[in-house]
Amino acid sequence: MKDVAFGQYYPAESFVHKMDARVKILAVIAYMVAVFLVKSVPYQFLGFAACLLFVMIATAVAKVPFLRVLKSIKAILFFVVLSAVLQLFFNTSGTLVFEWKFIKIYNGGLLNAAFIIARITLIVLGASILTLTTSPVEIADGIESLLYPLKWIKFPVHEFALIMSIALRFIPTLLDETDRIIKAQKARGADFESGNIFKRAKALIPVLIPLLISSFRRADELADAMDARCYSGSKCRTKYKKMKLTWRDLIGTLVIGGLITGVVLLNNSGLLAVVI
Amino acid sequence: MRIETENLSYVYSQSSKALAVHALSGVSLTIEEGDFFGIIGHTGSGKSTFVQHLNGLIKIGKNCGGIKIGEYDLADKKCDFKSLRAKVGMVFQYPEQQLFAETVREDVAFGLRNFNKDISEQEIESRVRESIELVGLNYDRIKNKSPFELSGGQKRRVAIAGVIVTRPEILVLDEPAAGLDPVGKREFLSLLKRLHKSFVRTIILVSHDMNIVSENCTRAAIFSGGKVLSVGTPKEIFSDHEKLKSLGLDVPVTAYLEKALKTVGIDTDSDLTVDGFIDAYLNQCAEVDE
Repeated sequence: MKDVAFGQYYPAESFVHKMDARVKILAVIAYMVAVFLVKSVPYQFLGFAACLLFVMIATAVAKVPFLRVLKSIKAILFFVVLSAVLQLFFNTSGTLVFEWKFIKIYNGGLLNAAFIIARITLIVLGASILTLTTSPVEIADGIESLLYPLKWIKFPVHEFALIMSIALRFIPTLLDETDRIIKAQKARGADFESGNIFKRAKALIPVLIPLLISSFRRADELADAMDARCYSGSKCRTKYKKMKLTWRDLIGTLVIGGLITGVVLLNNSGLLAVVI
Repeated sequence: MRIETENLSYVYSQSSKALAVHALSGVSLTIEEGDFFGIIGHTGSGKSTFVQHLNGLIKIGKNCGGIKIGEYDLADKKCDFKSLRAKVGMVFQYPEQQLFAETVREDVAFGLRNFNKDISEQEIESRVRESIELVGLNYDRIKNKSPFELSGGQKRRVAIAGVIVTRPEILVLDEPAAGLDPVGKREFLSLLKRLHKSFVRTIILVSHDMNIVSENCTRAAIFSGGKVLSVGTPKEIFSDHEKLKSLGLDVPVTAYLEKALKTVGIDTDSDLTVDGFIDAYLNQCAEVDE
């Protein structure tokens, strides 16, 4: 249970780590837009290559081992393979390239499968650079700051961010507790590994109920502790870590802007020709 | 059943070298049937990891030594952990947090139903009654209550009843008296002594309260840094005050008193239980008077 890695923050001193969390979040969104902008014709792979190059440079600058970044694909591997396989077998555009009994593969399907694999993989790689270089707390802070304009429509931004950071804070605690309760019930002969799916789901009741009860207890205690210190939300509250934009953020923004421009140029070969 | 561990080792997060923690390194320990065995050591000394090995909650890794409990060889892949767990009961810290069922009766019966798939309702009734009465509660009064409406001390008793309901020969308790008030603590320890006279043959008690250990245990071991530093009767292991202090451990009050009395020429030499110490002291005083 302890091996469940939540938040894969990789601590290091680097250019990317020191960037402002808000800029990083926006940059990742911009990067995703860039990946989606890549058209399937005619220079598609050049567009993807540009995105991949960007990911690799960002990884190198962030001083994160590239293997760590690649590992993030593992979580969505099933999803990637499934969508690729569906494309392969059910896309009937283009010409037939392979036939065996009932399996017919067209070159359109082949192309689309590769396209989808590239797109999903690149998006996850980019997003994982954000989570690898930004601690969960920083991300929560960044989101709070980015959502700040929503205050105008009376959206409780600060409370929302507080909920997020409390949830993040308690994940390791709850994992520890789950581990302990599982062991206690195992010692009483509970069996979580055998039987069909319904039996297994039912076997989890002795774990989930104690967990739920202790979560409620913890929530109560936390609320009391906050009350006791007169916590009153966002009003006049200062921050320990102030977020500040620096020259790094400017460079990061320029690079991501360059990436999007490049992808757009590649998409419109006419434009590319004009520029060259 | 006799417990014998040989050269037992365990490493947390073995996969990454930077995070690896050697919780146990080469623990060889024999606990005889009938022992009331204390395990002492401060936080992170490996005592909890050690006791979790005893019923297979932590499996022994390759080249990490072995454990034999009676007929069971825990290093063997084919070891029947389920029947072992019925014989080695395990009470965790704050056991009341494991309660989940709708009624006290069902919660206590949980282990029983798990270990014996075709047990009769009559048998369940009598076994649950037996264990709830053993922990000093009134079965008829609480059997249909929700475990969550009981008091803290009662919850803990019910949780322990849920462990001893399978009539384990060995009972392992990890800091069982934590969070109890002095009266609760005393009642709890007399409960353990009562259990030790029933079907429970061996009790293994993990604690960092030295007074509990000197008062109740027949033998004890001191853990430090994943190793066993010394094993013996409380009298033996509490003889070297300085060494214990250097490990961040304390000695029982009786050991302090003995040491202080020795400096004024009264050599009590008791077994370090409170009663034993008082008797020895009175005897010494009587001799001095004569």
